[in-house]
Amino acid sequence: MKNRITNLFSTKNKGILSVFYTAGFPNMDSTVTIAKLLDQSGADIIEIGIPFSDPVADGPTIQQSNKIALDNGMSVKLLIEQVKEIRKQNVKVPIILMGYLNPVMQYGIEKFVKDAAEAGADGLILPDMPLYEYEEHYKSLFEANNLCNTFLISPTTSEERIKRIDSLTKGFIYAVSASSTTGAKNTFADEQVQYFEKLNGMSLINPFLIGFGISNNHTFSKASEYSAGAIVGSAFINLLKDSKDLDTDILNFVKQLKG
Amino acid sequence: MNYKVNDRGYYGNFGGAYIPEMLYPNVEELRNNYLKIISEEGFKKEFYDLLKNYVGRPSPLYFAGRLSQKHSTKIYLKREDLCHTGSHKINNTIGQILVAKRLGKQKIIAETGAGQHGVATATVCALIGMECTVYMGKVDMERQKPNVERMRILGAKVVPALSGNMTLKDATNEAMRHWINNPTDTHYIIGSVVGPHPYPDMVARFQSVISEEIKKQLEEQEGNPYPDYVFACVGGGSNAAGAFFNFLDDEHVNLVAVEAAGKGINSGESAATTALGKPGVLHGSKTLLIQTEDGQVIEPYSISAGLDYPGIGPIHSHLFEVGRAKFVSATDDEAMDAGIGLSKLEGIIPAVESAHAIAALDQFQFDKDDIVVVNLSGRGDKDLETYIRWGKY
Repeated sequence: MKNRITNLFSTKNKGILSVFYTAGFPNMDSTVTIAKLLDQSGADIIEIGIPFSDPVADGPTIQQSNKIALDNGMSVKLLIEQVKEIRKQNVKVPIILMGYLNPVMQYGIEKFVKDAAEAGADGLILPDMPLYEYEEHYKSLFEANNLCNTFLISPTTSEERIKRIDSLTKGFIYAVSASSTTGAKNTFADEQVQYFEKLNGMSLINPFLIGFGISNNHTFSKASEYSAGAIVGSAFINLLKDSKDLDTDILNFVKQLKG
Repeated sequence: MNYKVNDRGYYGNFGGAYIPEMLYPNVEELRNNYLKIISEEGFKKEFYDLLKNYVGRPSPLYFAGRLSQKHSTKIYLKREDLCHTGSHKINNTIGQILVAKRLGKQKIIAETGAGQHGVATATVCALIGMECTVYMGKVDMERQKPNVERMRILGAKVVPALSGNMTLKDATNEAMRHWINNPTDTHYIIGSVVGPHPYPDMVARFQSVISEEIKKQLEEQEGNPYPDYVFACVGGGSNAAGAFFNFLDDEHVNLVAVEAAGKGINSGESAATTALGKPGVLHGSKTLLIQTEDGQVIEPYSISAGLDYPGIGPIHSHLFEVGRAKFVSATDDEAMDAGIGLSKLEGIIPAVESAHAIAALDQFQFDKDDIVVVNLSGRGDKDLETYIRWGKY
């Protein structure tokens, strides 16, 4: 079977919207509901976060969603079951699981890769896994299970390292828009745009999506000018936190972002 | 057996640099430069000059006669409690601020639990003239008010960490987030042998002055540089790393690391990492970690704010795994009794952290000719309130 992520990028290279949310937030069973609604609303990729007690790369919004999810009893084991359920409910878009290494390590990295793929996930993002560790221990495992692997790059990542990351990536690269933790921002500064231009000009093997600070149609379409699309996280979590009517709110959110 | 870090930053199965990409350039800059910087003659001269004239080193190695009598052996106390600012923490902050200066950094951030590392960082920032921000859990700020004010008097900004349980682990998270957001002009002075490589090695090297001096001082006083035992308490483990460092390859020297058992190892309120932890990844390194089955970090507990960290430095996980150091623990009760006992026997009120190392002496049967060194990592002034609340003196 073809991987849904590589499939998507082979048919579409502009305006891809990936939406991130934390598994088990705001309620334990929200994981499945939200995936269905995002699929129906026209999101291109669903990125589900694995909650962790110490999310050092995240700003307050995602930190809080992690805490609530853990208080709800969320775990890696339950997430695998929820991904199965999402696929059972006929959600067709690519699913990526993203999380800090420790919970995955305790589940067992090999077991996690196999179980995630079997449940219907298409890719993983483990931001604190070192490149050499992936290359030496897990690359073949990911390949054998037909899972994409995405690494992050940031404005301070050297060109040499970007190329190395590109060579180890399957699917797409996650370009962090600024030297910052996660969080919604309204606009991009000039140096951010220059950084996107630089990436765009590097003729990388893989497409890249821009994440961190994407919150509205302005930032989404600006990011899309230089990349295959963008990832929205904190702005979506904020919506989930306050929403009284998920069906309508998610539909409007995706529509408004894509413009 | 090799006990030093390898070129990838591992001690056996532990260590490494498990960091998100946003931190990679900062950590890589440090990794590429730290060994070069600290081996420069100019650096060494400045470092040792400050240790001597500013910190007050060498710290005495004091033969504790009455304590020795109690244990029917020869016990020496390495008096890190006499260092400027009251603990060994300053050895590391002096070293790191000199590194930061040479890397061209203008701002310093740090995390602190009890406030000792925060004070030691604020002190060197005042000394060198750098802007200093210290993250401290809100709960710890309330528990350690005098240290908060000491930092402020020294000119540092103290920022409350409001996430999680608002203690040391969360202060460390906040400091890392600050560093992610300020990657170029800021150096993060980590206070223990934890964090991504090269921190554990760099901090251990700066603290290794402790065992360097012990060797010299024992040679002078006993005619033999090697003790039979070295005792040190372990939270993250920087004083232990420093006290063990120059004895690691001398296998006949017994190294004893003392963890905080809190209210008892199985009480659910403990910080005894080797007894309760499993390998995991936190704050950038792979190490033993107190955590749930699902890999969520558990908030540890000890009466001593300097020992309630959920992990230990990767060097200690390695020393534990290969059996080079013996890991024991002392409960709150045992440590407090030992602290009061030392006060009455020797006229030294130890930090509650260091009192754990003293307490562990009771668990050993020594020969009368054994030479036992206990690293007295800090003084008890900061713990006066804890002693008063404890009351049994």
